[in-house]
Amino acid sequence: MLIQSDEHKNYIKNVKREKYFVILTRLVILIAFFSLWEIAGRLNWIDTFLTSTPTKMYASLMQIYAEGTLLYNISITCFETIVGFILGTILGALIAILLWWSDFVSRVLDPYLIVLNALPKVALAPIIIFWVGNGIKAIIVIALLISIVVTIISILSGFKEVDEDKIKLLKTFGASKYQILINLIIPASIPTLISALKINVGLSWVGVIMGEFLVAKNGLGFLIIFGGQISQLDMVMMSIVILSILAYLMYEMVAFFERKIVGKNK
Amino acid sequence: MIKVEIKNISMNYHSLTAETPALKDISFSVSEGQFLSIVGPSGCGKSTLLNIIAGLITPSNGEIVIKRSDDRSSFSKIGYMFQKDQLFDWLTIWDNVLLGLKINQRITDENKDMVKNLLKSYNLWEFRNHHPRELSGGMRQRVALIRTLALRPEVLLLDEPFSALDYQTRLNISDEVYEIIKKEKKTTIMVTHDISEAISMSDEIIILSNRPAVIVKNISLQFDENYSLPLKRREAPNFRVYFNEIWKEMNGNAHSK
Repeated sequence: MLIQSDEHKNYIKNVKREKYFVILTRLVILIAFFSLWEIAGRLNWIDTFLTSTPTKMYASLMQIYAEGTLLYNISITCFETIVGFILGTILGALIAILLWWSDFVSRVLDPYLIVLNALPKVALAPIIIFWVGNGIKAIIVIALLISIVVTIISILSGFKEVDEDKIKLLKTFGASKYQILINLIIPASIPTLISALKINVGLSWVGVIMGEFLVAKNGLGFLIIFGGQISQLDMVMMSIVILSILAYLMYEMVAFFERKIVGKNK
Repeated sequence: MIKVEIKNISMNYHSLTAETPALKDISFSVSEGQFLSIVGPSGCGKSTLLNIIAGLITPSNGEIVIKRSDDRSSFSKIGYMFQKDQLFDWLTIWDNVLLGLKINQRITDENKDMVKNLLKSYNLWEFRNHHPRELSGGMRQRVALIRTLALRPEVLLLDEPFSALDYQTRLNISDEVYEIIKKEKKTTIMVTHDISEAISMSDEIIILSNRPAVIVKNISLQFDENYSLPLKRREAPNFRVYFNEIWKEMNGNAHSK
């Protein structure tokens, strides 16, 4: 057991206090925002038809919940996002490995990647709907398309940043290209891989909601569009709040995953 | 007995605009157990030469012959040490030193024992479960050397192995590395731009000219028994003499260009 000086104890206390203060302030802002929204709505400072209020959103939530479609809508959207996210990451990583493996292929495909990256992938949606049908499949493909190009580019640039001398070292050991990939390139790129995952979480949500706007009959994106069409902004706002919470949770899951992996290396 | 023979090595670099000769007809040999250093002005092609000996670059002309040891115990012709230790941060010290054996699929109990003994004799065994970032620069460089020795290479190639370290660590670690190399009886070729370092460690020094590099001079070093270790050697009376000789050769050559 280490003996700690009073100075050090004080220091630790201060660090902890500051941390709690940050969390507390965050909560205060959140509560103040919703309270002010509610008060402004009740006192008619704002037109609640346009802005809704937290209680109206809650009422809308309860109504949809009572209809029994809320959890179904949430799970459809989550399912599409997670599948799009996983497929985008895996396929993106595989293509990045292929491009790393063959410098020739990488050089040939470079301009195509740039064009695909710059192209708004949603523009392809009408074509995709014709190809794979009007439904979940189309939504997943749109989500996949939005995340995959960024994944390829960021993972490949991570691969290419690996120190040349480390590759040379493995070559002096007589390593094959496959051994270099497994023993060096992939483990050295774990931080890049994880930051690619973090970007993908956001992009998959964008893809899924866009997809649902276009084709869905269920899901949170559908609720948003449907609410807009029937002038039910309560429903729209409520769906957006749920969406924010889900996106945050998914990001935290990736962050948790990151801490586990990085923690293992420490 | 001659261990390494470098025969008429020439190297040209090609770009779309020009062909640049880097090395011109370089020949020398290294005897078994000898420590040879290559010095020369920066950019003269010393590292290129080392890469050619390592088999990482094919020369435009010439041949490298490395004689295999009779007991055939070696798993690798060469062992290469870099300016930075190039340890893998995500592996423990133990996994780092086993890396070469793993690549060569030679992780046997016998080989593990050999690596274990190396770590033990050079005071690194207790750090086997640490990660490289927890070790000092000097220790990391020693781990890098053991990682290289694990494959029992016929020849050690050192590419400015201490230049990334601070001055004090550098002097200490060159003593330690020198002792390890001599104890393991390794034939060694070192490239450096540091004349003092070359004199303090080598049996023989080759001076290269500016590009296109040719061998300007080949100096055999003789030191009294009392000055056997690198740090001690720096106090030897003839240390200065060698230094001036090499300095003059390198500068005279640079000015004539």
